[in-house]
Amino acid sequence: MADVTLNAATGKSLSIEEQRLSAINSFRFADRTFHNITFAAALFVLILLGSIIVSLIVGALPAIEKFGFGFLYSERWSVNKEIFGALSPIYGTVMTSLIAMLIAVPVSLGIAIFLTELCPMPLRRPIGIAIELLAGIPSIIYGIWGFFTLTPIFGQTLLTASLILAIMVLPFVTAISRDVFLTVPQVLREAAFGVGCMTWEVARSIVLPYTRVGVVGGVMLGLGRALGETMAVTFVIGNAHTIAGSIFEPATTISATIANEFQESDGIYRAALLELGLLLFVITFIVLAVARIMLLRLERKAGA
Amino acid sequence: MRSYQARRLTDQIMRGLCWASALFGLLWLALILITLFWNGFAGLNLNVFTQDTPGPNTDGGGLRNAIVGSLIMTGLGVGIGTPIGILAGTYMAEYGRYSRITFYIRFVNDILLSAPSIVIGLFIYAALITEGVEHRIVGYSAIAGALALAVIVIPVVVRTTEDMLLLVPNSLREAASAMGLPRSHVVMKVAYKAARAGLITGVLLGVARASGETAPLLFTVQSNQFFSLDLTQQMANLPVVINNFAGKGYANWQQLAWTGALIITLAVLTLSITARSLTAQRKQQ
Repeated sequence: MADVTLNAATGKSLSIEEQRLSAINSFRFADRTFHNITFAAALFVLILLGSIIVSLIVGALPAIEKFGFGFLYSERWSVNKEIFGALSPIYGTVMTSLIAMLIAVPVSLGIAIFLTELCPMPLRRPIGIAIELLAGIPSIIYGIWGFFTLTPIFGQTLLTASLILAIMVLPFVTAISRDVFLTVPQVLREAAFGVGCMTWEVARSIVLPYTRVGVVGGVMLGLGRALGETMAVTFVIGNAHTIAGSIFEPATTISATIANEFQESDGIYRAALLELGLLLFVITFIVLAVARIMLLRLERKAGA
Repeated sequence: MRSYQARRLTDQIMRGLCWASALFGLLWLALILITLFWNGFAGLNLNVFTQDTPGPNTDGGGLRNAIVGSLIMTGLGVGIGTPIGILAGTYMAEYGRYSRITFYIRFVNDILLSAPSIVIGLFIYAALITEGVEHRIVGYSAIAGALALAVIVIPVVVRTTEDMLLLVPNSLREAASAMGLPRSHVVMKVAYKAARAGLITGVLLGVARASGETAPLLFTVQSNQFFSLDLTQQMANLPVVINNFAGKGYANWQQLAWTGALIITLAVLTLSITARSLTAQRKQQ
């Protein structure tokens, strides 16, 4: 390349030094622009969270003003009289999620221990992959399966919804627990076997204590998923705004109420449903935040 | 110290329980897949792809409008969400790797990643649609649905982009910088190239996630009985059609719901398997 080129704009020839400077300047400009664009995109994630909260609050405002804190502890849900209380959906949400976790957590931990400590080596990868793939299947699939196969047996009850949630959360909690168990240094296991521990004793006294925080984090993530699950529950819970006190009766959850009633609602009724959505977001936000903090603590420990 | 026999017994019982739970869990999941494939394949024929959603208890009919609508909205949502997600992930991994703000963004992103999708749908409804108020921006429309899906896709892409860029060895960046490449070129020409398979994985996972989401579309698009390509109008889509058809007692609707569920599942499984094999290749290299 010639050491002197013509500058098209001025027709003047530029020295090498000037060319170098203009190249550096254009690089610097491109650099700064790219940096700023990526920063804006990163900030957008924060703005997204902010706008979710703000727009839900604005949408729910009429209901918040009308019902105040009574919304949280009133059981009455009367569309005709326009009186709305969230207690029965809150009850249904908490109950279905808790029962689902009671079923899913022991089984998930069992499968995770099986996958990391017991399973014959050639089977570990395929089963692990199958579990991860199942964790990605959309919830509506679980929903219609539950509707066509479980409701004919159990009816539309709180228990049916819990069962479906348990099956849905199962691969999710299993996949996380397995990843968490894999962070245990192999040396620890070998040392334990070396002093004569049996497989279960290694799992109980080495693996579980070492990963306790991470396991709780994974369980909380599963809980967050169960609390907010919509499509799997809506089909099978019966949508009854009552607190029956029995798991064999129809009930409702926050998400099922919103999904079932949104299309025929308007005015204050719709604002009440938006307030339910806000409530669900706040509850899951807290659960998920705690879960993430616990998983972070395990990560630090594993990194140290 | 407990006797050897007692320890051995406990060990055997607990090992048996672990085996049993593995069998129990896999049994349920296998049962779901078998029912789904059995019922779904029963109704799978050419009409499903060439005819639109039928009325109750009528002959024929398919899911053409819903399949096309799902493709359009998922495509748009991923198209909007991917650039934002990749750029945000780039900032977190390349510019602000150790900064405080990246820590907060990662935390918030992880929460958005697992936030209930119904809330995302309500958010787009409250922000854009809200009937009866004068500042209504759009009605129930395909574009509102695509935006809702974009909000779902962004955290998925941010997460994988950051993870994959963090895997790129620093020596590559240092070598490029040492040759005088400006930072933005280091990112685009070196880091993106090295992490290409990972970035594609993120997008595929985003597509997989968006294509099965139902709840966000219920409040933003609803559905459409007819074939429509108008982005400002309601548009049919597979998840909402499945939702609407399964619960009613009409045999032909229920059959279509199963078939639709099978199509979604096959699509999601194909996407996730492709995504997995891409990253698996990366690790072997």
